[in-house]
Amino acid sequence: MSTDATLANITDAEQGSSLWKDAWHRLRKNKMAVGGLFVLMLMCIAALLTPWLAPYSYEEQNLILGAAPPSAQHWLGTDTLGRDLLTRLLYGGRISLAVGFIATAVALLIGVLYGTVAGYFGGRIDAVMMRLVDILYALPFMIFIILLMVIFGRNILLLFLAIGAVEWLTMARIVRGQVQTLRQQEFVEAAVSLGLSQWTIISRHLIPNTLGPVIVYTTLTIPSVMLFEAFLSFLGLGIQPPQSSWGLLISYGVETMEEYPWLLIFPGLALSITLFALNFLGDGLRDALDPRTSKD
Amino acid sequence: MALLEVNNLSTWFHTRNGVVKAVDDVSFSVAEGETLAIVGESGSGKSVCCYSLLGLIPMPPGKIESGTALFNGRDLLALSERELRGIRGNEIATIFQDPMTSLNPYLTIGEQLIEPLIYHRDMSRKKARIRAIELLDAVGIPRAEHRFDSYAFQFSGGMRQRVMIAMALIAEPRLLIADEPTTALDVTIQAQTLKLISELQTQRNLAVIFISHDLAVVANIADRVAVMKDGKIVETNTTTAIYSKPQHPYTQTLLKAIPDGGKVQQADIADTPLLEICRLKTWFNISGKKNTRSGKKDTRKKSDGSAKGSSANDHTVKAVDDVTLTIRRHEILGIVGESGSGKSTLGRSILQLVKPTGGSVKYGGDELTTLSRRQMKPYRRRMQMIFQDPYASLNPRMSVFDALAEPLLYHGLATRKTVLAEVLALMDDVGLAADSIRKYPHEFSGGQRQRIAIGRAIATKPEFIIADEPVSALDVTIQAQILELILQLVDKHNLTMLFISHDLSVVRYICDRVAVMHQGKLIESGATETLWHHPQQSYTQSLLAAVPSLQASHN
Repeated sequence: MSTDATLANITDAEQGSSLWKDAWHRLRKNKMAVGGLFVLMLMCIAALLTPWLAPYSYEEQNLILGAAPPSAQHWLGTDTLGRDLLTRLLYGGRISLAVGFIATAVALLIGVLYGTVAGYFGGRIDAVMMRLVDILYALPFMIFIILLMVIFGRNILLLFLAIGAVEWLTMARIVRGQVQTLRQQEFVEAAVSLGLSQWTIISRHLIPNTLGPVIVYTTLTIPSVMLFEAFLSFLGLGIQPPQSSWGLLISYGVETMEEYPWLLIFPGLALSITLFALNFLGDGLRDALDPRTSKD
Repeated sequence: MALLEVNNLSTWFHTRNGVVKAVDDVSFSVAEGETLAIVGESGSGKSVCCYSLLGLIPMPPGKIESGTALFNGRDLLALSERELRGIRGNEIATIFQDPMTSLNPYLTIGEQLIEPLIYHRDMSRKKARIRAIELLDAVGIPRAEHRFDSYAFQFSGGMRQRVMIAMALIAEPRLLIADEPTTALDVTIQAQTLKLISELQTQRNLAVIFISHDLAVVANIADRVAVMKDGKIVETNTTTAIYSKPQHPYTQTLLKAIPDGGKVQQADIADTPLLEICRLKTWFNISGKKNTRSGKKDTRKKSDGSAKGSSANDHTVKAVDDVTLTIRRHEILGIVGESGSGKSTLGRSILQLVKPTGGSVKYGGDELTTLSRRQMKPYRRRMQMIFQDPYASLNPRMSVFDALAEPLLYHGLATRKTVLAEVLALMDDVGLAADSIRKYPHEFSGGQRQRIAIGRAIATKPEFIIADEPVSALDVTIQAQILELILQLVDKHNLTMLFISHDLSVVRYICDRVAVMHQGKLIESGATETLWHHPQQSYTQSLLAAVPSLQASHN
């Protein structure tokens, strides 16, 4: 790269850190990651436009038809009550994706901030903060969620928050461990001696360096949250019929697997494709955010 | 006849980015009772060369492409792994660089010592134990019998290296490969270890291959020296010849890069003090978890520091103990001392990166120890620090531009519009090419990274800089360049500097005044040359005597 070109580059890179900009450049070169991102965006668009895209209503039953294999009218077949599977899959996707992303975002936000603060300040602050995490860990969280549901009533938004509120614990522990090691590195001391404020040190020097494990853990959290929702719904604590989610569709599909395999296959495929896309994107992001892995 | 004769050895690494010729057509020989030193900078292939002989390089990616290595008539390179195992640790022994990591922390040192005897010699445990204790005694471990059952962590660095030497010698090898055996040690310990190695060598008629980057160390111990560069031996000769009449230009560069002699005196040192440090104390309490690692986070104590001090007991480490020191404007003051002498803590206490336990630090007349973090901020801009390890002191996720722009923007020394020009000017100042502005630290060599770190330190236009061992992680030629840069910048920007180092020749080269620290106390200070020639304290005398120097070898 010639000097002039570099300098031209720099002039648009003045806004904030160039890490994110460089990461975006690197991510775009990673075909798998771009593919994953594309698939996820497609899923999200489909979820947003579901009311217009869905060929039927999600509660529309056709008891005479019953469970029918894929056909021209019902592309993915129907379930035992004669409801169109494609429609239910689309509506289920809305819930599953929303739970997956919102709950994980909640976990990410709380976990990273909490872990960084605990790890950075250390000492007594750390001890108190981490003991709190230990206590919450020890709490049987089924009871915690049932309590929430009982107190606040059944509410999808609350479900997101409740799951997120449980999942952040592990994230906080991971981030705290990372920050503890990072804090002893000289570049953090250098930042202190430059007179940077604590918040600048945390946001510019510590958090970006914890991103590797955080991203990996995030891509693992999203699917586990989706399955967790199915589990709660199964117990009657989450989504109620006739509403549905991928997790629920799969668990019903398992029951009738032998007679009506398509009821398991299609929801299963939807979930698997999402997870694949997530993993590719996650791997790509992790590499893109680490300047050391770039080969150009 | 030579004990080991290596001919045309080539070891290449086949990596994704192409072939790296780590060792390229190298030939050398060692006779019994002789010491051959292989000298070169990091990456020159000096270690790979010796590890190839022992089959210790990772294969793949490494591959021995050609060559023979006749040891006692047998070609080492043609032996099977099984046969090699019989030779390693038995006929050829190795001492590694870092005594801290080359001993197993979970086994007693005795257990590790007798291992080769039981394996290679089928000796009984009882006999092996007696042998081991004899040897521990021979390498100068006091009360060897008791120490036999100690663990590695119960020894100091120098003692561990002695244990390593005992371990290498226990099977009575004929060839000893010492890979930078004293690099991690303090200078007085280094002198003792070198003496021990040469004594043992004469007693046992050992052949020694001594790998080192330090020409001064080598000068005092080797019979012959081979200089390596980029995988090739560029020159081999007797030690005297190498130092008095170096043939190859690279050898000449290496020799010239060794800081030698004193500083050319600077005239304009003002008499006005910039920093006055009075009875400064920084104590760490190691009984609790507090303070040893989180000293800088300690907001708990302010003025009750002295109260805490009075309850001091065995669990208190007095890292800095009652230090009084004045730093005058525009001088470079050197702080020397061995590891653990508290010199780094002193630097950090001055900058308030560690809150001192007691005493005062006055900067231009203003007391710093009582300031809050917020009140410190304007002083932070004026006092900066250069750290030892350029690999750890730069945020791996910030490009050169980000690293240098951050202090400028944060302290309002540049706006978003002018910051690019300012960063480029800084890069020019520290000798970095403008087109590397978007690169990240891992894309630079150690010396270039240290330039970035220096650039960051001078970005805020400070008056005072603490340089904490800024060149000790660097190769000798790079070290010379960085020292030159530091001197230049000090001159150009009228800086005052506290230069912390364990390397006395570097200090002598760069500092106007020197202060010696020992166990947290400042024991002596004075103008560099005066202190050099007339040290008052016995500790200073022993420190100076231990410095390996080129002159010593000529006399």
